[in-house]
Amino acid sequence: MQPRAEMVHWLFATGLLLLGLCLLSEVVVGPEVWRRRRWRTYLWPGLAFAMGVLMWPVMTFFTNSAIHMYAHGSWAEVLMLAGGAELGLVHGRLKSRWWRLTMPLAFVVTGTAFIVHEQNAWFFARSAFLHHLLGWTFLIAAVIPLALAFRPRSATAQTAFALVFVVLAVMLYSDRDTAPVFGHLSPLAGPQHR
Amino acid sequence: MQSTYARSLPAARRGWRGQVISLLGPATIAAGLIWGFVQPWRLTILHPLHQGFWWLAIEPPLLVVVAGIVFALVVARPLLADLEEHDAAAR
Repeated sequence: MQPRAEMVHWLFATGLLLLGLCLLSEVVVGPEVWRRRRWRTYLWPGLAFAMGVLMWPVMTFFTNSAIHMYAHGSWAEVLMLAGGAELGLVHGRLKSRWWRLTMPLAFVVTGTAFIVHEQNAWFFARSAFLHHLLGWTFLIAAVIPLALAFRPRSATAQTAFALVFVVLAVMLYSDRDTAPVFGHLSPLAGPQHR
Repeated sequence: MQSTYARSLPAARRGWRGQVISLLGPATIAAGLIWGFVQPWRLTILHPLHQGFWWLAIEPPLLVVVAGIVFALVVARPLLADLEEHDAAAR
């Protein structure tokens, strides 16, 4: 009794939404207030790491081809790497600011994997459209964590970083297994199920 | 006495940062509720007969509402307390 693929997308959307809200809160209150409680500093890096861990069962149970498996496996790895690096940085175990480059790396790998593993054209169905859109959004938005690696105190970059996760969550919430996009639904996609 | 009075009027004492933090959770909850009203067919709970567990458990507008509630209770509430302490210490 597995959930449908679209439901897994919605659950990850919820994780991304919480991640975006936490990041946005950190920008609003500033690092000094945000770090007043130790557990809070680990909150969003821990959430990112947990999403990476949870990507493994997605890879195991929801992939129906080798390219899907590679895509989800690489997401799991880079999410865990980026979340783990951020955990190490906030804990103080990692000192070098170059570890922050793991986040743009995660964005680039995720974006590439989204685009590569979507075999259908943009207007094949809504899920195909969103996979292309998500992929390009991740690729273009990779400049934001890249900017943060060099200018970690930039409020503009921090706000943009937080809002990207909210936008990505909205995209993932819009995903359906078989649904039209702007009135387009390929007959090859099968009947709309709901 | 003074602190009790301050707690009874938290919004008046909060700066813009406090206002934003206190609004994030309710705004998220409101977004989920509005989505539910606009697309009620995405709420399986409104027509629950013959639906499996996952369709009843995972409903996008409700997930947004849950995310807003979790954020408001787990993150925003202690954060507001810390922000008020920080602002009071700065005065």
